[in-house]
Amino acid sequence: MSDVRVAGTGLTSFGNSPERTSRDLFAEATITAFEESGVPRDDVEAVLYGNFMGELSEHQGHQGPLMAEAAGVQAPATRYESACASSGTAVREAVKRIRTGENDVVLVGGAERMTNLGTAGATEALAIAADDLWEVRAGVTFPGAYALMAQAYFDAFGGEHEDLAHIAVKNHENALSNENAQYQRAIEVSDVLEAPPVSEPLGLYDACPISDGASALVLTSEAYAEEHDLEAPVAITGTGQGGDRMALHDREHLARSPAAREAGAEAYADAGVDAGDVDFAEVHDCFTIAEVLALEALDLEPLGEGISAARDGRTTADGETPINLSGGLKAKGHPVGATGASQIVEVTELLAGHHPNSDHVADATTAVAHNAGGTVASATVHVLEVDR
Amino acid sequence: MSESDVADAGFDEWLAAAAEGDAYYLECANGHGSLPPRRVCPDCGSTDIAEVELPETGEIRTVTVTHVPTPAFEEDAPYATAVVDFGPVRLTGQVVGIDVGDVETGLTVALEITTSETTGERVIGLRPV
Ligand SMILES: [Zn+2]
Repeated sequence: MSDVRVAGTGLTSFGNSPERTSRDLFAEATITAFEESGVPRDDVEAVLYGNFMGELSEHQGHQGPLMAEAAGVQAPATRYESACASSGTAVREAVKRIRTGENDVVLVGGAERMTNLGTAGATEALAIAADDLWEVRAGVTFPGAYALMAQAYFDAFGGEHEDLAHIAVKNHENALSNENAQYQRAIEVSDVLEAPPVSEPLGLYDACPISDGASALVLTSEAYAEEHDLEAPVAITGTGQGGDRMALHDREHLARSPAAREAGAEAYADAGVDAGDVDFAEVHDCFTIAEVLALEALDLEPLGEGISAARDGRTTADGETPINLSGGLKAKGHPVGATGASQIVEVTELLAGHHPNSDHVADATTAVAHNAGGTVASATVHVLEVDR
Repeated sequence: MSESDVADAGFDEWLAAAAEGDAYYLECANGHGSLPPRRVCPDCGSTDIAEVELPETGEIRTVTVTHVPTPAFEEDAPYATAVVDFGPVRLTGQVVGIDVGDVETGLTVALEITTSETTGERVIGLRPV
């Protein structure tokens, strides 16, 4: 299978900009991506755009063409909605298009405007990723669903809130040098343990923030990159997607993510690597427990042991397999529709040596991005490799 | 939540039946349990689906106490939400009739339809027995 080159990447800073429209956010990210890529806008053959709650936050549907327009691109455009996995899914579709030869150049990314909804409004909007009839109407919130998984994990494998706190501390630490991060602020274990509860056992510091932001990637075929002499040392070499039942209660194991396992296995096989080859990863830590479930699903930690990975230093910046060197969703922020593609941006920069945290992974050749929707009824995993 | 007073066929009938003590689940020809409205078994694709009486009690498999609710449960928080295993099918509901801090995995509960203190809407409730 031919590889797909990451020719250009762009991010807005993530955080609080309630007045900014998602078209403005996405436009900013695409300007950076085009500048970095050296690819003219005219060469773009498709725009694939991830967004989750645009109808609720901006009263805006049909966002594909709106975003192509914002990016200054005349090409057919499609919006992908897969809750928090929206732009991971868009990236996967872009990769498939380029590999089949249907397109040589694709603009892919995502955006989300959330903070204009306020905390209650955003909580309500995020909850629609769950089954409205059988979960939301019973009072399940997005943090509540992950809290149910966290409690199930503790019951099945042991562990406690303090273990989760180390994940939040690690990801905040990683974000200190990331100027795009929503929180560039160190925290301590005691901060996490003393924070107000959101849904027990999870508290305020176990949760990613509500964020505005956008991400963009210019992806090209190997042939296009060669022909145009692009500086694009990083390639997406593997892609995978997994699915599961919508409602958490319908899962056989409440503390596992089989959709992510399926996506990971497919992506590893596609790239011809295995978990042991992974030098670092960006995983979908919407809540601290989500990082644990992701590590286990990706076989980066054995089942039941992911809980101690941050505490014992295996996943810290100087650990064996650094996880979320960007700060993760937890500290970098989680503008839902932008997240999946933003992880690809971070991994690309880390592998290319352009990231403030690249020094921690100077010899790395292989990395993974894991993006999850809802309680992981949707998941995408991508493997990226760099020419060294 | 639907934006009008129009019912959600299948779901609202289920809530009404459950409130009368006649809760059911759906069972396919191969014995897989699921929840309505449903025409096809999500496990095996069977379209041979029948309503079967829900077992009297189930066991809590996991629980959380939510302090930051959606606006529809603003007045209800903090409340305990649990996933309960009724055997052939599992449900998510709010545990009632017990201090939220005392709800734990393994507790046996019975279905009891309750109402939201915020909206007055019917909510799936679970009472320890
Ligand atoms: Zn069946």
